[in-house]
Amino acid sequence: MIQIEHLEKTYTSKQGRVTALQEVSLHIPQSAIYGIIGLSGAGKSTLVRCLNLLEQPTSGRIVIGGQDLTRLSGKDLRQARQKIGMIFQHFYLLQSRTVAENIAFPLELAGVSKEEIVARVKELLSLVGLKEKANVYPSQLSGGQKQRVGIARALATKPQVLLCDEATSALDPQTTLSILNLLRDINQRLGLTIVMITHEMKVIKEICTDVAVIHEARIVEQGPIESVFIRPQSEIAKQFVSSVFPNEMPPELLRELAAHSNSELIRIHFVGSRASDPVLTDLVRHCKVQANILYGSIDHLRATLFGSLTLELLGTPEQLAEAHTYLQNREVQVEVIERGF
Amino acid sequence: MDFEWSMLADLSYWHTTLQLLFPAFGETLYMVLAATFMSYALGLPLGVLLVVSSPGHVLPNPWIDRVLGTVINIFRSAPFIILMVALIPFTRLVVGTTIGTTAAIVPLVISAAPFVARMVESSLKEVPHGVIEAALSMGASPWQIIYKVLIPEAKASLILGLAITTISVIGYTAMAGAVGGGGLGDLAIQYGYNRFRTDIMILTVAILVLLVQGIQSLGTILARKMVEH
Ligand SMILES: Nc1ncnc2c1ncn2[C@@H]1O[C@H](COP(=O)(O)OP(=O)(O)OP(=O)(O)O)[C@@H](O)[C@H]1O
Ligand SMILES: [Mg+2]
Repeated sequence: MIQIEHLEKTYTSKQGRVTALQEVSLHIPQSAIYGIIGLSGAGKSTLVRCLNLLEQPTSGRIVIGGQDLTRLSGKDLRQARQKIGMIFQHFYLLQSRTVAENIAFPLELAGVSKEEIVARVKELLSLVGLKEKANVYPSQLSGGQKQRVGIARALATKPQVLLCDEATSALDPQTTLSILNLLRDINQRLGLTIVMITHEMKVIKEICTDVAVIHEARIVEQGPIESVFIRPQSEIAKQFVSSVFPNEMPPELLRELAAHSNSELIRIHFVGSRASDPVLTDLVRHCKVQANILYGSIDHLRATLFGSLTLELLGTPEQLAEAHTYLQNREVQVEVIERGF
Repeated sequence: MDFEWSMLADLSYWHTTLQLLFPAFGETLYMVLAATFMSYALGLPLGVLLVVSSPGHVLPNPWIDRVLGTVINIFRSAPFIILMVALIPFTRLVVGTTIGTTAAIVPLVISAAPFVARMVESSLKEVPHGVIEAALSMGASPWQIIYKVLIPEAKASLILGLAITTISVIGYTAMAGAVGGGGLGDLAIQYGYNRFRTDIMILTVAILVLLVQGIQSLGTILARKMVEH
């Protein structure tokens, strides 16, 4: 759906040059909820603003729905932008317009007829659950309600893509969840492709199907969230993952917890239905090893269960080797933390 | 005829005084309204141009931005009384005469329009950049940004600016009156000053104070209404 090819962006100002994006290439599939996470100043906003050419890339191509945006200008670009919705951290609603008038705004820009606007606005108001607020001004809304208006406004022209720049960063955790649920709902109902810029792994964990990690102007890691969460490669991705799954205990501490010196410490990861399978019971019964649970957690990634368990395994080297094979056959990820012998 | 307090009890005093005040008030009103209207007709587009041509805005153009800014500053730094004299040939060209209320409107407009441009500029700059970007992201054209985003969003501030401009123009009309422009200023000079009619002086000042007060209150109320909905 969105193809980003060799995107570069350098800001030149009196103070000097800042490279905000370097060699960024990404493919964002149709109907994905694609998260882009990075620390402050990593280049996230620049990247998302390049996607609808609010920021002119220094070089590279942006292809959305088969159309190369970087070749467009003037009227063609404005028309293309009507097919790319965008929502913002600070909402940016028009204060002089009511909720309904705000939602009507992009339709007016597109030259849609009055009757059509009225019907469409009504539809959108019920989609975002703000029917009673149609004639209220933005100054009388809560942050969450303002973002709902932002979403309705962004969806008014039936875009194929929705860009979100820190859409929940100004909201409290509960409101964040309700907005994320709304976005997921819209993604499923309309098949809309969503690009979520955030610095919070919580947001990624809640709704994203894929994630890219941006660090110092470059994409350092990307893939389906399950793989990035289970096996983060880069240091920065590891930090992000441990910010939501703080299950990394220092090996020395685990060693102290483990009662036996000649055992091994492993961590096993479950995803999906395997998280509820009786893997451990089977393991003990089948391989004749003893398992001592030291630490563990179960959480969810989107709708799938995701968990990890830190174990001390006791047995002969042969039994332990068999245990590893057994776990691998059950498609459980095994990570050896320390071997006692 | 000098003023004495006992005259206030006399009906014919009021009759003649009102006969003096009424036309002068009408002239002032005419000059203020016409000059304010025309200075907005000129200054509003210039103010909009100043904003949209600034760097990073919807129609960035360093040339327009700089040249326009400089011209406006030059006109704004000339004192009104100097401008009025300097513009005499131009005024004659436009209205055919250099005395009277209509002639006074020309220098009033030339001096108020750059002021209006700056007022409009500062009002429009209050619209957050993010709001403009949001509109751009929805495919708005620069023209749509101007009349659907900048002006409606800055309405309250623009109205306060209108009140301030009108009040400044009232001050200028009084000055224009001093050199034959007619209106309350003229009356105050001719009767109040030259003929020692302190009563007329006080009455003209009182009318001007009420006018200024009324316009400011009206502007404030309207602006507040727009913000509070
Ligand atoms: N208009 C600009 N002119 C010059 N430099 C800029 C401009 N916009 C961004 N930058 C620089 O580009 C880099 C990336 O900025 P960007 O706003 O994309 O970061 P970000 O990841 O969105 O950060 P945050 O999480 O704080 O929003 C930063 O070093 C920033 O200083
Ligand atoms: Mg940002």
